[in-house]
Amino acid sequence: MNPSLFSADGLVGLIFLLTIAITIAGGIIACNSERLVRAVAGLMICFIGVGALYYFLNSPFVAMMQVLIYVGAVAVTISFAIMLADPEQSSQHGPINALSGPFGFITAALLTVGLALIALKTMWGDEPKVNDGSVKIIGTQLLTDYSMVFELVSIVLLISIIGALVIAREGRKS
Amino acid sequence: MSLTLLNVIFAVVVAIAFAALNAAYLVWAERRGAGRIQRRPGPNINGPFGLFQPPLDGLKLMAKQLTIPGGADKILFVAAPVLSMFPAIMSFVTIPFSEMIVAHNMNVGLLMIFAFASSGSMALLFAGWSSRNKYAMMSAVRSVSQAVAYEIPMLITAITIVLMTGTMDLMEIVRQQGPSILHWNIFPLLTNSHNLLMPFSFLIFFTCTLAETNRAPFDLGEAESELVAGFHIEYGSMGFGLFFMAEYANIVIGSCLTTILFLGGWHPPLPFLGFIPGVVWFLLKIYILIATFIWIRWTFPRTTIYGLLNLSWKILIPISLFNLLLTAGLLKVF
Repeated sequence: MNPSLFSADGLVGLIFLLTIAITIAGGIIACNSERLVRAVAGLMICFIGVGALYYFLNSPFVAMMQVLIYVGAVAVTISFAIMLADPEQSSQHGPINALSGPFGFITAALLTVGLALIALKTMWGDEPKVNDGSVKIIGTQLLTDYSMVFELVSIVLLISIIGALVIAREGRKS
Repeated sequence: MSLTLLNVIFAVVVAIAFAALNAAYLVWAERRGAGRIQRRPGPNINGPFGLFQPPLDGLKLMAKQLTIPGGADKILFVAAPVLSMFPAIMSFVTIPFSEMIVAHNMNVGLLMIFAFASSGSMALLFAGWSSRNKYAMMSAVRSVSQAVAYEIPMLITAITIVLMTGTMDLMEIVRQQGPSILHWNIFPLLTNSHNLLMPFSFLIFFTCTLAETNRAPFDLGEAESELVAGFHIEYGSMGFGLFFMAEYANIVIGSCLTTILFLGGWHPPLPFLGFIPGVVWFLLKIYILIATFIWIRWTFPRTTIYGLLNLSWKILIPISLFNLLLTAGLLKVF
């Protein structure tokens, strides 16, 4: 049953399609733009689209975290790195390997076929809501069932901080 | 689900109107306040007390041509001012003005405001970078490093409040701040943590709001004496107007957040004053905070970039972290 375009459900469906379009458009801009800053802008649009999709999946917390971390932190960090580069950079193409084209094509084809197979083979049904996705439940789960994952993530962060410090130290000596 | 989403869209439209009206008349208030502090009249020709000045300024800005500098990145140059308005307007959706007046109360409302506020610095970055101007570029880098530095103590202070109230729901945070002024989060004795450092937390939060909205004494991004006008140096007409409006919309959001977290939201200061509707108290509190913003801007000299970053990383972050640990400990004890 398709709801009418002018009913509330129809409008929401339209907004859902819009978020998908935004996500895909952002991804395409991020991959194909010549200027690095535009690529970051595309990435940001893509992240916002993904955040909206999480909202549609009834998880506003994850949606907000997506925006806070990816748009607010990751995109800003990337653009800091880009700012240090020359804004007037010419598009640099290294020597292109003769094999890179076919290999890239094969990898992309395999990925597409694999994802399509997964999507087609899965029985898509209406899953019952696991919980209400509130902050409290997420916190409890993180510190009980998923505490191992939680601790591992913090170790990864620690390693990256130490790595950053090591790199910064080396630069200071020379 | 579907109705709440439509509700959000409707609220965004109302928020745009509210933000625009506030921005226009806060400019007037700022110019009048500056005039008073500098012993000159300020805008007083158009209309009573110069009240027609903002719409006339708006007309003038809209009538001007939007010039795009030759070497600029056109798409980003046009997109940046629009992007600068976006976080402020989205944040209005979840702000409760009173028990009744809230567009869409989320249980992650506080998180939502911070999420969108953090994307505001991207607008400055794009504006500065796409203008192809050295001043704009330097200003953008400054503004972003400042925004990143002050986001940390601000978030830590907000987490302190979340610890005390046990929720990120903005309405619930206000509801817990009891009937009178003694139950507000800024006054520590009757709240459940009894933390005597809460007034300092309030000061930290207020300072961070000043810095996050690029206001004096932290307006290093548009330091006129060194960077001419900062990131919006190349913008004329409504592009400049949008940046200006975004600044005031951000100030309103910052004041709303400070009021909700520390000053008891829509609660009256004394219980017997409860016959006055909550929205009046809320607006009164945010406009007092905004008046303080204006007052600080015209009476404090600008800091240096090093002083600014040192203040955040060496003073505000350690104090707010200490206060977070203290609050957690006190909540365990009492």
